[in-house]
Amino acid sequence: MTDHPAAIKPVSLKAVLSGSSASADHSEGMSYLESLPRRIVTLYLPLSIIVIILLFPFYWMALTAIKPDEQLLDLNTYNPFWTTAPTLKHIKKLLFESYYTRWLWNTMYVAIASTVLSIFASVLAAYAIVRLRYRGAHWVGGLIFLAYLVPPSILFIPLATVVFQYGLFDTPFALILTYPTILIPFSTWLLMGYFKTIPFELEECALIDGASRWQILTKIVLPLSIPGLISAFIFCFTLCWNEFIYALTFLTSVQNKTVPVAIVNEFVDGDVYRWGSLMAGALLGSLPLVILYAFFVEHYVSAMTGAVKE
Amino acid sequence: MTIAIDQGRTKHASRDVTAWDRLKVNRNWLGFWFMLPAMAFLILFLAYPLGLGIWISFTDARIGRVGNFIGLENYEWLWDDSIFWLSVFNTLLYTIAASVFKFAIGLYLALLLNENMPFKAILRALVLIPFIVPTVLSALAFWWIFDAQFSIISWSLKQMGVISQNINFLGDVYWARFSVIFVNIWRGIPFVAITLLAGLQTVSPSLYEAATIDGATRWQMFRHITYPLLTPIIAVVMTFSVLFTFTDFQLIWAMTRGGPVNATHLMATLSYQRAIIGGVLGEGSAISNAMIPFLLAAIMISWFGLQRRKWQQGESND
Repeated sequence: MTDHPAAIKPVSLKAVLSGSSASADHSEGMSYLESLPRRIVTLYLPLSIIVIILLFPFYWMALTAIKPDEQLLDLNTYNPFWTTAPTLKHIKKLLFESYYTRWLWNTMYVAIASTVLSIFASVLAAYAIVRLRYRGAHWVGGLIFLAYLVPPSILFIPLATVVFQYGLFDTPFALILTYPTILIPFSTWLLMGYFKTIPFELEECALIDGASRWQILTKIVLPLSIPGLISAFIFCFTLCWNEFIYALTFLTSVQNKTVPVAIVNEFVDGDVYRWGSLMAGALLGSLPLVILYAFFVEHYVSAMTGAVKE
Repeated sequence: MTIAIDQGRTKHASRDVTAWDRLKVNRNWLGFWFMLPAMAFLILFLAYPLGLGIWISFTDARIGRVGNFIGLENYEWLWDDSIFWLSVFNTLLYTIAASVFKFAIGLYLALLLNENMPFKAILRALVLIPFIVPTVLSALAFWWIFDAQFSIISWSLKQMGVISQNINFLGDVYWARFSVIFVNIWRGIPFVAITLLAGLQTVSPSLYEAATIDGATRWQMFRHITYPLLTPIIAVVMTFSVLFTFTDFQLIWAMTRGGPVNATHLMATLSYQRAIIGGVLGEGSAISNAMIPFLLAAIMISWFGLQRRKWQQGESND
């Protein structure tokens, strides 16, 4: 809760990925001290090994999804690292012979609904903590941070009984209403950081002009914190898409499941030939997030670092 | 004319300030309404279940049946349960091994990515992908990579002549532990690396230049410049990492479901198995509550580590 996060922010926002800040250039200044062979051994070689290990599973996932069955199981006749006869059979099977589109829709619906709910609640809470400064705001901020540290694995058993009591069991609302407990602490904390960077003189002017707090929030603070809102939104969306234990516990019927749960439960059977469609399912289930990520890389990083820095 | 308007205005402005007007600008009153949505969620679905979980662990509740208070019986039962202690051991092993490697490799990767090189932006974006893809889905890819019969790793090692038989990655006790820890490290490195990279970029380059002029070696620069300046962010990142590794569920559930012979059961997976599959809610809650002391210890350690650093760097503790 120091103020230095605000000082870090301008650098980390864009510079982490593009490396365009002044401080990121520093190694250029001294890199002439190193010869090229030395750089290959100390930098390029270890870096490429790590990157290959980090990305190989996705290559393997994609390759498996388009390989014909006989090539999948016969590693010796065909080169396992490549395929000469790609097929869409697995993907077709997934889309037309299972509930996969339904599951995708469920996941999307739950993720968007709970993200919108959480952002709405967090914007109000963050603004109140940072700018209204009501009595005990400091403590509430600390408590919200603690709530961020409560893991779902501790909560899922009592939550299952709560969800059952409220009559939400096996409905999308079981997830839409419980996911915000993970998302609100995170996004409140993130938005608090953003709101702190908005000069409060702006608000004082508005107050003198007779604006209400609600008008200040919607007409001054929110337009200025759009990058923060985007960061919070996509990060929450990703967290929802990722969530597993609540979805596994609170949903029982096949049509209601979300993608991660459905793939683990419905595709894992004794069939030797399941691998193609299993990997196709995993691939299609991660694509929406990867596409989203590709468009918003910078916001993503600022959300990640923003949540950690405070 | 103008006078009349002015009079009208003053009249309007000087109307009595009602209690409602005062309330409308009262910070505490406004604060209450602004906090209401967030607090409603957190109390109904977080604080209440947290308390309820502790209560359930003192009862013999089963699915579909409200339990009776039985005191500490669940905990006494767990105390004598060797599978529970095995899961505690597994969880500690999993957390410590994974966190140490995540930190070491993540820091190394962050230092590498901080260097100046071509395609830097694309590389950094690619590195984060394992963090974006849902854990369960990448765990499934690893499940296929670690398959007993068709594992690509076994095949490659056989081609190279290192081994003669397929490695039973997920069927053998030690290999299974190794495999899940490996996947957890794989999944955690991007988070550690990118957040530490953000910290590295705030370190002023002039410090390195000064150290170079003074003849410092690369290790000395890391030890006496990078590491001390990075400590606060390391403490936070590692707290999160330890916390989420300790309570991990989905990776294990997707890959081994606790098998072989409970060798990879973590406390979270064991509590799921006992409470939801076995239906014994009381005992399951007792297992998940047993995680709380460990989590508190982890938070305390990093919190006080952070405080000490702040004090050393002469910052005020506001």
